[in-house]
Amino acid sequence: MGIRFILMVNKQGQTRLAQYYEWLTLEERRALEGEIVRKCLARTEQQCSFVEHRNYKIVYRRYASLFFLVGVDNDENELAILEFIHLLVETMDRHFGNVCELDIMFHLEKAHFMLEEMVMNGCIVETSKSNILSPIQLMEKMS
Amino acid sequence: MGRWRSPFFADMIRSIRACKTAAEERAVVRKECAAIRAAINENDQDYRHRNLAKLMFIHMLGYPTHFGQMECLKSIASAGFPEKRIGYLGLMLLLDERQEVLMLVTNSLKQDLNHTNQYIVGLALCALGNICSAEMARDLAPEVERLLQFRDPNIRKKAALCSIRIIKKVPDLAENFINPAAALLKEKHHGVLITGIQLVTDICKVSTEALEFFRKPKCLDGLVKTLRDVVNSPYAPEYDIAGITDPFLHIRLLKLLHVLGQGDADASDCMNDILAQVATKTESNKNAGNAILYECVETIMSIEDNGGLRVLAINILGRFLSNRDNNIRYVALNMLMKAITVDAQAVQRHRATILECVKDLDASIRKRALELVYLLVNESNVKPLTKELIDYLEISDQEFKGDLTAKICSMVEKFSPDKIWYIDQMLKVLSEAGNFVKDEVWHALIVVISNASDLHGYTVRALYRAVQTSIEQESLVRVAIWCIGEYGDMLVNNVGVLNIEDPITVTESDAVDVVEIAIKHHSSDITTKAMAMVALLKLSSRFPSCSERIRDIIVQNKGSLVLELQQRSIEFNSIVEKHQNIRSTLVERMPVLDEATFSGRRAGSLPATVSTSSGTSLNLPNGVAKPAAAPLVDLLDLSSDDAPVPSSSGNDFLQDLLGVDVSPASVQPGTSQAPKAGTDVLLDLLSIGSPPVQNNSTPSDILSSSQDNKSSVAILDGLSPAPSGGAASMIDLLDGFVPNSPKPEDNGPAYPSIVAFESSSLILTFNFSKPPGNPQTTLIQATFTNLSPNVYTDFVFQAAVPKFLQLHLDPASGNTLPASGNGSITQTLRVTNSQHGKKPLVMRTRIAYKLNNRDVLEEGQINNFPRDL
Repeated sequence: MGIRFILMVNKQGQTRLAQYYEWLTLEERRALEGEIVRKCLARTEQQCSFVEHRNYKIVYRRYASLFFLVGVDNDENELAILEFIHLLVETMDRHFGNVCELDIMFHLEKAHFMLEEMVMNGCIVETSKSNILSPIQLMEKMS
Repeated sequence: MGRWRSPFFADMIRSIRACKTAAEERAVVRKECAAIRAAINENDQDYRHRNLAKLMFIHMLGYPTHFGQMECLKSIASAGFPEKRIGYLGLMLLLDERQEVLMLVTNSLKQDLNHTNQYIVGLALCALGNICSAEMARDLAPEVERLLQFRDPNIRKKAALCSIRIIKKVPDLAENFINPAAALLKEKHHGVLITGIQLVTDICKVSTEALEFFRKPKCLDGLVKTLRDVVNSPYAPEYDIAGITDPFLHIRLLKLLHVLGQGDADASDCMNDILAQVATKTESNKNAGNAILYECVETIMSIEDNGGLRVLAINILGRFLSNRDNNIRYVALNMLMKAITVDAQAVQRHRATILECVKDLDASIRKRALELVYLLVNESNVKPLTKELIDYLEISDQEFKGDLTAKICSMVEKFSPDKIWYIDQMLKVLSEAGNFVKDEVWHALIVVISNASDLHGYTVRALYRAVQTSIEQESLVRVAIWCIGEYGDMLVNNVGVLNIEDPITVTESDAVDVVEIAIKHHSSDITTKAMAMVALLKLSSRFPSCSERIRDIIVQNKGSLVLELQQRSIEFNSIVEKHQNIRSTLVERMPVLDEATFSGRRAGSLPATVSTSSGTSLNLPNGVAKPAAAPLVDLLDLSSDDAPVPSSSGNDFLQDLLGVDVSPASVQPGTSQAPKAGTDVLLDLLSIGSPPVQNNSTPSDILSSSQDNKSSVAILDGLSPAPSGGAASMIDLLDGFVPNSPKPEDNGPAYPSIVAFESSSLILTFNFSKPPGNPQTTLIQATFTNLSPNVYTDFVFQAAVPKFLQLHLDPASGNTLPASGNGSITQTLRVTNSQHGKKPLVMRTRIAYKLNNRDVLEEGQINNFPRDL
């Protein structure tokens, strides 16, 4: 329902973060990631950010060297998802400070924690950056 | 940097990153996995979280990590928060609801849901919300319900989302959540509000009584007020995105209003004001604003009609459509598809823009625009639209061509004002993209062509011209050789030239050239070659001067490895050589298939057609998978009766086609007699033999190899129990060309014997009896008497019956019929009438024997069966 998966992929097609909200086997995941990444990477700047693939839509946006891909149901509001991607990037930016691909790679679990605060079971839960980041900051203070 | 995350994790990532090849990476990963496995075996506490983190990374890369699942569980069970955290994260990433391991977590989850530390409760809710299974949902639902009223808003919001998953997995529990959910709607905290709204939306989708509950003005007004507050709220830095406060909340609220207002006029009335406000006040220069407008338009389109709002919505869409941003245009096209059902006129105004979008550089926009154009087509604009689309077809890229072709063909079929335009457009499409055209499409084209008798000459000439240039388009070649075969004489003699045509002279050998090229072309597949063979046979009759040449071409396939071609080659060769006398009657013009019934059947059983063509091709006995069953099979879809995928609509169609149905609609006027009887005959051919599997193979064999009904020994083998002498049933299609009304006469209630067949030299009598206890079956004792002074040798009797009858022939008493009635041959037939009492028996017979070493054939139809058999 809503969001089916969230992927962060770099320009070479390597997955940096993958969060699935519906179950797919490993082979399916690799096949899926390969297919859609190829489609998105092949598109130019001018083309629109929505790609139709099988029975869902992929909303994507490129930030520096990283592509953020969100797979959603057909009846989801695409523009809202674009906003959500931007919100995600801003949140991570606030936490890591000028976030880049390496930050996500080396702090994978933190990125996951953040994502979990924002999206649960395919639905957007929290949109306030401070609310999202407070548990994470708390955890860091503790350790 | 958390100290609990060890530097070694970063090391591993670095080393993986440094790998240049996939093999290197695999080696590194394997080493790491081995280390982790060793650590797990030693039950290493300290580095458990580090190992889990590594496992997650490895899993993300796509390697199997099942050995780590128990580690997750141990981590969750440990007391420290960091371990729990990473344990839950690992749980969500590495496991899924289908794994049994998940059940083990239920207990931990329960404890954690009741934990004093609210963050841990939050963790547990998160995990539950993401991957719980139905059993877990049932177990833990009460806890989650309780947590919906927890003091901390973070917990409440997570509990709300967890509930969504629970009611999805176990819809019965939805009622329990209605009241708590209603309470959530009054919240102030945005996070709780958003999730609460989503919960309500999902509950309403699952349970209708919930829907009613939330539609009540009490709740609805509350919602409207909330939306108004959000829209009018002052600047809130926390939730502000691009100047709008929490657009996500806006959108969620609008979605809920959509669900509540759909189909309910009162609810829709409540929302009108706020929707108007949102539609007019929201700024559309930023994406967030556009997102809200999009959702608003979507809601307006779905709720009950309010003229003013609808106009507003379509105006917004018009603005979107001319926006330069591709995203906005895409979204607008999407919405317009829904708007068409509401207000087609308004959308037609934008037709030109939409047509431009079909040619856009962006693939997504093209696709949307094409679908929209398809919905916009009506009789008045079909010609210009089709022209545009066909022009674009030539320059479009490969992936798009398939879609485009399908849509164009569909449009042309539905809305073509006259046949000649239809044929023209289809020829253009076939020449351009014939390889993308589906089989039904060119089958339908053939039906139309055969029905348009005044256009035969024009069509065959146009096809001849087209084939000169586009030989690689398979479908075009097939249609062309079918037409050339049928109407070759018109082609050569310039029959029926229309004013608009350019003059063209085609000699007989030119026509044969085309077919020869089709047979020999390297890209022609088996169906094309088979059709070409049949066409050659027809031409050999229509162009006697080329007969020798045609025979040469046919003979070249005698040794073909494909059974189909070999069989046809030999049969046709034998017809051309030895059976000159019947050849011309064999290849007379095909009977015309009634268009209305054909299109009705297609509409009703289209999936059956597709599956039967694959079904029939797979069931061919020689294992050759035909890419498509021969056209006539699909045309009549007669095999759908016996196809692996039964389709009742296909059966109904056949009833109509047969005219055997007693309904008044299918009273047979004289003019439609010929086609109906013709197909009736075909049906008889197919109904031979009881086992459906055999029928699958034989019909396609029979029809494909004998569009003009030249059955052969090979077919007979596939048919039902063959008594000695291969007396399988066979009938002559040609009988169908002669309009006759196969109406059985009304006989008395008793079962008198009848003289089934009588000629100057032969009498066939039937004696009837019924086996006890089985009224549907009749035993017929057939007696053949020879009246002539000559002995008949190799006497063979064959019979065919329509679909609703089953016929079984026992072996004959002998196959030599003495002369002058000095003896007789008897044969027992068993007929089972599945429509006993409703339809009488009908039978066609074919008697073959040798007289002085000369083959003789006698055929007839037996209509005088007693009625009640």
